[in-house]
Amino acid sequence: MTSLIIWRDQCFQILFAVAAAPLLAGWLKTVRALLQNRRPAGILQPYRDLFRLFHKEAMIPEQSSWLFRFTPYVMFGAKVMAVAIVPIIANGLPLASAADVIALVGLLAVARIFQVLAAMDTGTDFGNYGAHREMLISALAEPALLAALFTASLLARSTSLVQIVHLSQIQLFSLHPSMVFAAIAFGFVLLVENARIPVDNPATHLELTMIHEAMVLEYSGRHLALLEWAAQLKLFLYMTIGFALFLPWGIAANPLLTSLVIAAGLVLVKLFFAVVVLALVETLLAKRRLFRVPEFAITGFLFGVIGLLSHFMLGS
Amino acid sequence: MTELGSDTLPSVGQWQQILSAPPVWRVKVQAASWTSAALALRDQGGRLLGLWGEAGHENAFFYIHALGLGSTGYLWITLTVQSSEGQFPSLADIFPAASRMERALYDLTGIRATGNTDTRPWLRHQCWPAGIFPLREGQLDGRSFGVDGDADYPFQLIDSVDVHQIPVGPVHAGTIEPGHFRFSCIGEQILRLEERLGYTHKGVERLFQDRDVFAGARLAGRISGDTTAGYAWAYSMAVESIARCEIPPRAAALRAVCLERERMANHLGDLAALGNDAGFVFCQSQFLFIKENLLRENREIFGHRYLMDCIIPGGVAFDLNSAQIATMQRNSESWQRTVQRLDLLLQEHSGLRDRLVGTGKIAPARAAALGMAGLAGRASGQAWDLRVQFPHAPYQNLDVSMQLSPEGDVAARWQLRFREFYESVRLQTQLLLDLPGGDVSATIPESIPDGEALGIVEAWRGEVFVALSVENARIKRCHPHDPSWVLWPVLEEAVLNDIVADFPLINKSFNLSYSGHDL
Repeated sequence: MTSLIIWRDQCFQILFAVAAAPLLAGWLKTVRALLQNRRPAGILQPYRDLFRLFHKEAMIPEQSSWLFRFTPYVMFGAKVMAVAIVPIIANGLPLASAADVIALVGLLAVARIFQVLAAMDTGTDFGNYGAHREMLISALAEPALLAALFTASLLARSTSLVQIVHLSQIQLFSLHPSMVFAAIAFGFVLLVENARIPVDNPATHLELTMIHEAMVLEYSGRHLALLEWAAQLKLFLYMTIGFALFLPWGIAANPLLTSLVIAAGLVLVKLFFAVVVLALVETLLAKRRLFRVPEFAITGFLFGVIGLLSHFMLGS
Repeated sequence: MTELGSDTLPSVGQWQQILSAPPVWRVKVQAASWTSAALALRDQGGRLLGLWGEAGHENAFFYIHALGLGSTGYLWITLTVQSSEGQFPSLADIFPAASRMERALYDLTGIRATGNTDTRPWLRHQCWPAGIFPLREGQLDGRSFGVDGDADYPFQLIDSVDVHQIPVGPVHAGTIEPGHFRFSCIGEQILRLEERLGYTHKGVERLFQDRDVFAGARLAGRISGDTTAGYAWAYSMAVESIARCEIPPRAAALRAVCLERERMANHLGDLAALGNDAGFVFCQSQFLFIKENLLRENREIFGHRYLMDCIIPGGVAFDLNSAQIATMQRNSESWQRTVQRLDLLLQEHSGLRDRLVGTGKIAPARAAALGMAGLAGRASGQAWDLRVQFPHAPYQNLDVSMQLSPEGDVAARWQLRFREFYESVRLQTQLLLDLPGGDVSATIPESIPDGEALGIVEAWRGEVFVALSVENARIKRCHPHDPSWVLWPVLEEAVLNDIVADFPLINKSFNLSYSGHDL
C-alpha cells in the first residue's frame, strides 16, 4: 500500500462524509415529514439551506468577542477531523492512528466547550440557558459514551478504533452480550448528543425550551451555515461510529477504489435504515421534561456500565 | 321591570332587569355603595367579569361600569364620577382581576382608582403620551402617534444578585401574537413572572364610536379573530336588546351552530399546539388535520373559514339546506370518532402524560379567589358555564352538560378540551336535527332607538360580553370584553411551581387572547 493511495483514501473518506452529511439530514427530515403526514421539502433541502446561508450576511452581536466568530470554524474543523479519524469507509487510514477513542471524545469535548463559551459570549439569556442545559446533560452523556466505547475496547484490548474494527471484522459473527448493552448505551448517547427528541427538539420555535438551538440563536449567514453543517456532520459521525463499533461489515479492507465505492454505498444503505429508526423514535416519543433528561442520560450510562460489567462477568 | 330573584341582589339601589335570558340586572350607584356592592357580590360567591369607563358629555362626568356575576345573573353596576373628583374607589382588594382593568381604565379615560397601589400604565406604551386619554372627547383630533414600545417600563423585580431576569417577547420565534413576559429566575426555577401586554392596542373602542350598528357588527367580529362568532353574537344580542327585536328561532339555532363550531375548531387547534409544545408532532399533525377539514367545511358552507360576518344584528347572514346539514352531520361524526381514538391513544402515551400532569397547577380554592371562569376556570373546578346556568335561546332546550375537573393542571385543561369538543359535536348534531323553520333574520330598523344594553355569550375561552350604548342611531360607546382579562393574571401564578422550560406548555394550555385584551 503506497502512502499516496492511502492518503487518497483518506481524502475520499473526508469528502464523502462532508458531502453526505446534509443528505443524511435531508433524509431524516423527509422520513419525519412522511411519518407526520406532512409533505417533505425534499431530501436535498439541507443543501439549499446551506447554499442560502452561505450567501447571506453574517451578523455579529455587539460586545461579542473573538470566541463568537471563531467557534463556527472550530466546530466545523473538529467534526471534519473526527470523520477523518473514524473508520467510516476504510480501516487503517493514516489519520486514524492520530487518535484513539479517548482522544476522539476529547475532540468532541473541545467543540462543545467552544460552543458553550460562544453561547455565553453573546450575553443573551437564551444563550446562557442553552449553555448551562447543554453542560448539565453532556456531563452525563459523556461518561455513557466512554462506557460504551470502553466495552468495545475491552474486547479488542485496545482503545484504537482501528483495532476495534479490525477485531470485529475478523470475528464477523461472534456475539458478545457486553456489546449489546454497549449498543443500547450508544443509542441513548446518540439521541442526547445530537439534540434529538426526547431530549431536545431540533424543530422547535420555543426559545424557552431550546438546548442546542438556543446556543446558536445569535448566529447567521456563513457562521450559521457552518454550525448547521457541523451538526449534520455530528449526526453522521455518531451513526458511523455506531456502525464501526457494532455493524462494521462492509468497511473496506483493501485500498482499491472499487472497494471504497462499495463501502461508501454500504454506509449509505446503513444510514438509510438507521435514519428510519431514528425518525420512528422521534415520532413516537414526546420531548421529556428538562429535569427528566438527566435520568435519560444516566440510563444510557447505566447500560454502558452493565456492558462493562457483563464483559468481566461473562467473559469475552 | 321584573322583581324575580331581586331579593338576593346586593341592596345598593334600584335594580332593573334589562335582559331576561341571560338575566342582566342594572343598577346605578353612588360612590358609597360602589365598594359595598362589590363586597356583597363577593360574599355570595360571585365574581367580577369586567370594569370599564365612559366619558360623559364634554368630559364633565364619567361613568365607571362594572359587570359581576352572582347567583341571580349578571349584575351591571354603574358609578357616576364628576370630573372634579376624577377618581373612584378601587375594587382590586376585593377582586384581584380589577387591578389591570383599573389601570387600563385610567389609560383610556384618565380616571384613577384610589386604593390601587399599582399606578403603572397598562395599555399605554411609550408612543402614546401620558395625559392623552383617548376615550375622552376631543383628545385625538388630528393627532398621530408613533409605534414605540416601552423602553423603561418598571417591572416588579426581585432584588437579589442570585436572581436573573429573562425578557421574552414581544417578538417571538413562532407566529403568535405579541406580548412581553419577564421572568425572574434562579436557575430554571421561576420565582416571578410578570406580563406586559398592550402591544396589539388598536383603539377598537374608539373605532366603534359614531359608527352605525351594522358597521359595528363587522368591527365586533374582528376584535379577536379566534372568537369572531362569540363577539358577533354578544354584540348582536346588545343591538337586538336596544332595538327590542326578537330573533327568529332558526337564527338562534344557527348562531349556536356557529358558536359551537368555533369552540370545536379552537379546541382542536389548542390540542394540536399542546402536542407540538410537548415535542410530539404526531399529535399536532393529527389534530390540525381535523381542524383544517372543519375550517374548509366552514368556508364551503358558511362562506368564511373562521365564520366572520356570519352572525349579524337581527339574525344570521346565511342559511343551511338539507344537503349541507347532511354533510355537516356526516363529517362531524367522523371527526368525533377520530378524536375519540386519539383521546384514548394519547391518554396512554406516558411521555406526553408526564409533560401534562401536574404542570401549571391552579387549585380550585385559588381559582375561586382569582375569579377564574371559562374553560380554564372549569378545569380548576369553577362551575361557571353561561350555557348551563343562564341558558338563552337556543340553549334552554339543549340541556348542555357542564364539563368540570378539579385538577387545575395542564392535563385537566387538555382533557376538558376533549370533553367540550364532544359536547359541542353533540350540540351541533342536536341543533341541526331540530333546526326550526322560518326566517334566518329579523329586521333591525335603521333608526334604532337610543339606549344601553349588554350582550353576553359563553364563547370558547369563557364569557365574552359587549356593553353597547346607542345615541341618534350611532354607537356612543361600545366596550367588548374578553375573558382573558381575568385569566392573564392567573397565568403569572400558574407557572410558579414549574421551570422556565415548561412555560410554553402552560401558556398554551390557557391560550389567552392578546388582541381581545389589548383592544
